[in-house]
Amino acid sequence: MAKRIDISGLSAYYGNHKAIDDISMTVEPRSVTAFIGPSGCGKSTFLRTLNRMHEVTPGGRVEGKVLLDDENLYAKDVDPVAVRRTVGMVFQRPNPFPTMSIFDNVAAGLRLNGSYKKSRLTEVVEKSLRGANLWNEVKDRLNKPGSGLSGGQQQRLCIARAIAVEPQVLLMDEPCSALDPISTLAIEDLIGELKERFTIVIVTHNMQQAARVSDRTAFFNLAAIGQPGKLIEIDDTERIFSNPSVQATEDYISGRFG
Amino acid sequence: MLAALFFVLATFAITTKVEGSRQGKDRVATSVVWVCFILALVPLLSLAWVTITKGIKVIDGYFLTHSMSGLLDTDEGGGIYHALLGTLEQVGIATLIAAPVGLLTAVYLVEYGRGRLAKTVTFFVDVMTGIPSIVAGLFILATWNLMLGFGPSGFAGALALAILMMPVVVRSTEEMLKLVPNELREASLALGVPKWRTILKVVLPTAIGGITTGVMLAVARITGETAPVLLLVFGTKLINPNPFEGAQSSLPLYVYEQYVVGTEASIDRAWGAALVLIAFVMILNLVARGIARWKAPSTGR
Repeated sequence: MAKRIDISGLSAYYGNHKAIDDISMTVEPRSVTAFIGPSGCGKSTFLRTLNRMHEVTPGGRVEGKVLLDDENLYAKDVDPVAVRRTVGMVFQRPNPFPTMSIFDNVAAGLRLNGSYKKSRLTEVVEKSLRGANLWNEVKDRLNKPGSGLSGGQQQRLCIARAIAVEPQVLLMDEPCSALDPISTLAIEDLIGELKERFTIVIVTHNMQQAARVSDRTAFFNLAAIGQPGKLIEIDDTERIFSNPSVQATEDYISGRFG
Repeated sequence: MLAALFFVLATFAITTKVEGSRQGKDRVATSVVWVCFILALVPLLSLAWVTITKGIKVIDGYFLTHSMSGLLDTDEGGGIYHALLGTLEQVGIATLIAAPVGLLTAVYLVEYGRGRLAKTVTFFVDVMTGIPSIVAGLFILATWNLMLGFGPSGFAGALALAILMMPVVVRSTEEMLKLVPNELREASLALGVPKWRTILKVVLPTAIGGITTGVMLAVARITGETAPVLLLVFGTKLINPNPFEGAQSSLPLYVYEQYVVGTEASIDRAWGAALVLIAFVMILNLVARGIARWKAPSTGR
C-alpha cells in the first residue's frame, strides 16, 4: 500500500516570500523519514507541500514536482482533495473535532467522504483505534466526546482518524511536541508499528526522537532570517548522527549552533 | 447619588488611615465598580417594574386571545391577539429571509472572501447596521408599495425587518465562524474532505450554538421595531392571519396606537401589550441561551 515519494526542484512561497528553495529528495516506502532543523527553516512548510495543504494558506504557492509512485501531485488534472485522501496528516497539536464523539471522530474521514454502512464504519473504527493503540482505553466510551481524552490520547485519536481513510503516506508535523514523555513513547512505538503499512514522514525538534524512530533523516537549514530554507543533506539516520557529510549538520546535532 | 459619592469618599479616607493607601485605593475601585453596576441596573429594573405592575392587571386569557374588533379605542376590554399574530408572522417571515442570506454571507466572508469583493461586502454590511429603521421602511414603501403597487401587508413589513436583521446576523455569525480554530478546518481538509463539506460538517456544527444565539438576538431586536411596521403594515383592529394581503397589526404598533388614544383603558392596554412584547423578547433570549448551552461543544469526560 505504501508509496515512494520523489520530490524534485520543489520551492514553496507565501505570497512573494520564498519559504523553501529547490528541494529534491526521495522518501522510501515503508520507512520513517525524519526532518530536523532549526525553527523557521521550512520543515513544516515542506511537509505541507507533500499533501497540498500548503496552498490552503492564503498566498501559499508551490513550484516543482512531487511524484507519488510516478504520479505528479502538482499535475494540472490532479484534485488536491484526492491527494489528501492518499497522503494523510497528523498535526502538532491534537485537534479532534469538538462536536463529535470518539467514534465519530475516527469515522469522520469516511463519513465526510460519502456515507458508509454502520457495520463497515464500526469495523474500520475498531481497526483504526487498535492501529493507534487506543482501542483498549476508549472501547467503553466510544460515544463520549473526543475532547474529554488526555492530550496523548487525543493525539492517538487523531492518528486513528488519519489512518482510518487508509492513506498511502502519513505526514506527522511534530506530533509529540505537546505531549509528556510517556505519551511520546506511546506515539513513537506506534510509529514503529505503522511503518509496516505506511510511508511515514515526521518533523521533529527532538534529536533523540529522530534518532529513535527514523530510518532516514533530512537536515534543513536557512542561511539567515528571511532567507528561504534549504535541504542540507539527507542520509541514513545512523550516518547523520554519527558521521554526517556536512559540517553544519554535525554542528546542529551536537548543539554547537542554533 | 450623593450618598454613594459620600460613601466612596468616606471608605477611602477611613481605609487609608487604618489600612494604608494601597488598600484604600483597592476599596475605592471596588466601590466604584459596584456603584456603576447598580447605576446601570436602575433604569433596567425600574423599566421592568413599571411595565410589570402596570401591564399585569390587564393581561389574562381574554386579553391574549381577542382582538380589538368591534370596539372603539376608547372602550374598555379588547385584546392583542391580532397584534401578537401579526408580530409572530412578520418576524417569522423576516427571519426566514434574513437568516439564510445573512448566514451564507458570513460563510462567504469568513471562508471564501478574499480581496476587494469581501472588503466591499464587509463595508456595506457595516453601513447597513447603521440604517435607521424608518429608512428601511421608506425604502420598502418606495419600491414594493409605490413602484410595484402592492398595498400594505405583513409581508411588506417583514421585508423591511429583514433588511434591518440581515447585517446583525452577518456580523454575529462572522464572529462565531472566526472563533472556530483553523486547526479543525485543516484537520478536516487533511482527511481529504472537500472544502464545502468541511464547512457544512465541521465548521458550522462547531459554531452552531453561537450562530443560533446571534440569530435569536437579531430576532429580538427587530421584534420591537415600530417605524417600518407603521409605514408598511398599517395597523388594523381585526384579526388578519394572512401576511400577504391587507393590513395587519403588530405589538409595538399596537402599543403606539393605544397610547395615542390616551384614555385610561387604552393606556392600560398599551402597558399590557408592552409587557407581552418584553416577555416575548425575554423568552427568545432564554431559548437562545438554552440552545447555545445545549449545542456548545462539550468537554465532559
